[in-house]
Amino acid sequence: MSAFRIVHYINQFFGQIGGEEMAHIPPEYREGKVGPGLALEANFKGEAVIVGTVVCGDSYFNENMEEAKETILAMVEKAKPDLFIAGPAFNAGRYGVACGAMAAYVKEKLNIPVVTGMYIENPGADMYKTDIYIISTRNSAAGMRDAAKKMAALALKMLKNEKIGASSEEDYIPQGKRVNLFEKLRGSERAVNMLLQKLQGKPFTTEYPMPDFDRVPPNPPVADIQRAKIALVTSGGIVPKGNPDHIESSNASKYGRYDIHGVMNLTSDTYETAHGGYDPSYANADADRVVPLDVLRDFEMEGKIGSIYEYFFSTVGNGTAVKSAKAYAEDFSKELIKENVQAVILTST
Amino acid sequence: MVKEIERAGIPVVHICTITPISLTVGANRIVPAVAIPYPLGDPALSKDEEKQQRRKIVKTALKALSTEVSDQTVFDVE
Repeated sequence: MSAFRIVHYINQFFGQIGGEEMAHIPPEYREGKVGPGLALEANFKGEAVIVGTVVCGDSYFNENMEEAKETILAMVEKAKPDLFIAGPAFNAGRYGVACGAMAAYVKEKLNIPVVTGMYIENPGADMYKTDIYIISTRNSAAGMRDAAKKMAALALKMLKNEKIGASSEEDYIPQGKRVNLFEKLRGSERAVNMLLQKLQGKPFTTEYPMPDFDRVPPNPPVADIQRAKIALVTSGGIVPKGNPDHIESSNASKYGRYDIHGVMNLTSDTYETAHGGYDPSYANADADRVVPLDVLRDFEMEGKIGSIYEYFFSTVGNGTAVKSAKAYAEDFSKELIKENVQAVILTST
Repeated sequence: MVKEIERAGIPVVHICTITPISLTVGANRIVPAVAIPYPLGDPALSKDEEKQQRRKIVKTALKALSTEVSDQTVFDVE
């Protein structure tokens, strides 16, 4: 059987044309392998050959993306490859975007398997990880050997129609797909093993990684709470009856801002919850159970606080992306600052 | 959200039932609540008792907002 045909995409730097000063060059096609192609081909061990290499300037690609994609696609198509490889791009942003965009485009248009490689924080990784296999590499070309080995191995598997394993097995960037599989050990045994590792201070791998949370130091306290203007915020989904902003019951795409001028208390006639992650009957019967406006009004009249900010903010914290929640709070906090709100009471269900 | 409000420079108290989540998320002033579907209420109590209980929780929240903290702190409702 003859060897599989591969076309490789690289930038001006790895194409040995030049650095940043040559990043404007348009794509050109070279017969055979160039630069990192040597390392890739060594790993193919004769099972595949790089028949041609496209070299393109990173700035050119990103500034003329549509045109560059078409030109390069034509070059790739002409070489009749069985598979397309781009990069690895490591942590080079424009190169990563070019590799991801080009690989995804070749896959879509020519319907052949594609592989690229980059560092997890390369913006190209987030943009294309769900479309294509992106081998997770180190953040600099010092990781070339390892990257070439893994990219070549995955490429050969795809060429031979072998089953592609999970991201942790093949070392590609997780695509956010859940796959059912049978573990060798049952859950209780795995959990105990993990615990034993942990107790001995040895490394272990969680099966349910938590997202990264950063920390914000506490602000100084409110100097005079009896004069402070206080705002109410909730992730419990309390909204005026009928949910006028159509806040979703899970994975909310927005937050609401609701006027509570002169509202003394949130009744079942006027307010309800849009939250789909808890039994809504108690909140629908009396929304003060989630947003304690009635009590805060009493405190306002008794002089225990200065005043209540005339709007409250609400979203549904049910499978809502951290990124979304963060954006909502960033947004309404600007208003709170501008309106001289001195403290916030945030309630969650 | 609690962290972004804090980051904006406004002291914020988080009233929530599952305080470990609040601690993981990074709230600095935390007041434990009653239950997930009714953090500041209790349908088993009379309306008056329920409101008294809510007063206590909000009072604790105001105390938390007036208290200097250097680290994450959970303020128990008296």
